[in-house]
Amino acid sequence: MSHNKNAAAVEEVLRSSGVDVRKCMRCGKCTATCPAFDEMEYHPHQFVYMVEKGQIDKLAASDSIYRCLSCFACMERCPRQVEPAKLIEAVRLHVIRAKGANHLKPEQIPAMLDEDLPQQAIASAFRKYSK
Amino acid sequence: MKFSYYPGCTLKTKAKDLDAYMRASAEALGVELAELPEWQCCGAVYPMAKDEIATKLSAVRALMSARDLGTDLVTLCSACHNVIKQVNHDMKTDADIALRANNYIGAETPYMGETAVLHFLEVLRDRVGFDTLKAKVKNPLTGRKIGAYYGCLLLRPSKIMAMDDPENPTIIEDFIRAIGAEPVIYGMRNECCGGYVTLENKGEAERRSNIVLESAKAKGADTVVTACPLCLYNLKKNGGCDDVSVVYFTELLAEALGVK
Repeated sequence: MSHNKNAAAVEEVLRSSGVDVRKCMRCGKCTATCPAFDEMEYHPHQFVYMVEKGQIDKLAASDSIYRCLSCFACMERCPRQVEPAKLIEAVRLHVIRAKGANHLKPEQIPAMLDEDLPQQAIASAFRKYSK
Repeated sequence: MKFSYYPGCTLKTKAKDLDAYMRASAEALGVELAELPEWQCCGAVYPMAKDEIATKLSAVRALMSARDLGTDLVTLCSACHNVIKQVNHDMKTDADIALRANNYIGAETPYMGETAVLHFLEVLRDRVGFDTLKAKVKNPLTGRKIGAYYGCLLLRPSKIMAMDDPENPTIIEDFIRAIGAEPVIYGMRNECCGGYVTLENKGEAERRSNIVLESAKAKGADTVVTACPLCLYNLKKNGGCDDVSVVYFTELLAEALGVK
């Protein structure tokens, strides 16, 4: 990513999330409490310092942005109100807002259905994975 | 006691029981719930980004509709409750979101977060009262050991949801006592079941759901109650613990009130 394009991506993620990454004191509580820890390449605390360092491209290319469960545990338990989940959401939006970059497409849904799957699961997944 | 009621998409389809048992129980308790006209799906997850406006509009329309009817708004599905309550907080506290959402909708009277949003559990606790509920129980669930499963959406973010202590909640345990059963407190009652990730990564949902059920079982629960259709699905379908049954809290309420 070129320097200017990267700076624009960092600016977009910070503005969209409303997160002040400089409030983080690196305690790691967000990652310690994350239920998706084992599924993630980059963990909540890494989102905070990697956004601060401007490494949006690495985060954007990682499947970690689709592994977050949006359970708000990292937000609730952060002693500094940094709210890492909002950064994960903003990086994911940065990716899927581009044309043709939807992570979940309607034609994939029939194969995922079973007779008990609640509509809520599909509505949630589309909100999280597609624009 | 009259309220507007927002059922949400899943309560009209896969989770009809959650809705029907509440309606029957509400009637027995003298709580009048009028379904909002022409409500739209809330989207099931709160859009956290500050520049997401369109995805918040269905919640704003529901809130605005309740305001215009002059009633508080009752929800039942944990996901709807979380989305609508968080969007309401945005409309009250974030001038930019409120301005843009109101411009989008083009309402005559802008919506600024006036509506009070109550989960049905809060109606039971704060409006009916657990003591009154207890007095109306016809079939107390004596001897049953029931674990409350809060999951993530009822309690967090606690400053906005303001339902209960996010780490040591009591509202569902107090409900369980009111219907004559014994609440079982277990460690994982406010941890995530795996949520929508079940679609793409069933293994993760299986692991998360089993952690919850094993925790409840280890403390002696025979049943776990939830207010969320996706929690129910994950715990039953992806959890697979034969010793612990998973039901909606409204089913036990209806059973205790003799209206099941």
